[in-house]
Amino acid sequence: MPARSFISLTGLFLALMAHGACAAEVQVAVASNFTAPMQKIAAGFEQATGHRAKLAFGSTGKFYAQIRHGAPFDVLLAADDETPARLEREGAAVAGSRFTYSIGRMALWSASPGYVDGQGAVLKQGTFKHLAIANPKLAPYGAAAVETLDRLGLLAALRPKFVQGENIAQTFQFVRTGNAELGFVALSQVVEDGTLTRGSAWVVPSGLHAPIRQDAVILARGKDNPAARALMKYLKQDQARAIIKAYGYN
Amino acid sequence: MLSDTDWSAIRLTLELAAVTTVLLLFIGTPIAWWLARTRSAWKGAVGAVVALPIVLPPTVIGFYLLVAMGPEGPVGRLTQTLGLGGLPFTFAGLVVASVFYSMPFVVQPIQNAFEAIGERPLETAATLRASPFDTFFSVVLPLARPGYLTAGVLGFAHTVGEFGVVLMIGGNIPDKTRVVSVQIYDHVEALEYAQAHWLAAGMMAFSFVVLLLLYTLNPTGRRA
Repeated sequence: MPARSFISLTGLFLALMAHGACAAEVQVAVASNFTAPMQKIAAGFEQATGHRAKLAFGSTGKFYAQIRHGAPFDVLLAADDETPARLEREGAAVAGSRFTYSIGRMALWSASPGYVDGQGAVLKQGTFKHLAIANPKLAPYGAAAVETLDRLGLLAALRPKFVQGENIAQTFQFVRTGNAELGFVALSQVVEDGTLTRGSAWVVPSGLHAPIRQDAVILARGKDNPAARALMKYLKQDQARAIIKAYGYN
Repeated sequence: MLSDTDWSAIRLTLELAAVTTVLLLFIGTPIAWWLARTRSAWKGAVGAVVALPIVLPPTVIGFYLLVAMGPEGPVGRLTQTLGLGGLPFTFAGLVVASVFYSMPFVVQPIQNAFEAIGERPLETAATLRASPFDTFFSVVLPLARPGYLTAGVLGFAHTVGEFGVVLMIGGNIPDKTRVVSVQIYDHVEALEYAQAHWLAAGMMAFSFVVLLLLYTLNPTGRRA
């Protein structure tokens, strides 16, 4: 009996070893606007590859600071293209791994149905008290919102009504709770499978602001992590692309 | 060094802390008195509610305040019926949040001071025919002075050090809700480490001096 249990224990050990070798874990830092699609993509990725993806959501600026100070992330899915490029220049990311995984679209959104019209004319009427935007200093969607208002010639008039979220998730929360009547959010936050999930929205034409290119990059820590490479590959495949599209990204 | 927006954040923070502390000393006194003297079965429950902000993460308080003060929430409905408008994103909203958030730091030292006085001085005052009000102002308050000093300083300092709740209900509006802690957070996130250092070091120095003063001036006073 002892011999037998020894063999089965050895077998179990070997099986665990083998499993460990092919199924790795990847720690992913994900920009807040990409939260919903990434949760779906990660589930598909785990099923398809057997690897595990651990997701952390937050603002790109915060992730940058954390990564520069040794945060244990293997992959960054940023909300811009500048941060991954900067990390690469500074040697904190793997050169040549960078690519654009999505181009963000923005929506002017209100939690109440019928509040925002299809042309965004509500902005000119200015009958609201608070307009939520992401902090333009920190968040690409905030910068795009300011640029859009500037092109519409409404920036000076509406600036006093700004309330700023620290990132796009908090901006959404201000509008979702009705504390701000409307706000500029990521289209991915209010759209699922191509339709608006609640409230009313104006999808801001992409010509009104510089394209929000969102780049992914493998970080120095993930250099030899097979799961990191597999995830980057998976993001380019049809299954992932379909999910990204369904959330309104280009 | 410090920019105009930094100074405006500092001014706003001091204003918020001052208003909150004064309000709390008034609101906290009857609560502390009741907690110190009552034999009611509710004492435990009320004491626990007052102490909640010590254990709850600011995210819980911020989230519930945002929902409660929103147009759909009970507080939001009330303020709108009263014609006061919504509280989030306003200075008044921050004051309401801070009063709640800093309450234990004011109530508990005062309550401790009241409890330390005991029955004797009150009974003596009564035998000298002092009215309850007279007793309170000429006996209780002077005896509880160390407790009030601790309460005021801790309430002020704790409001200055507030961050999570303000971040969640403030909306980061210059001159209205952008306090120092939020301003530091912005600087750090925008990688403006030099400006972040100036403000952060200033906060360190301020907090140290305040606590040093408290412990030197009031070495025997009970603390929360």
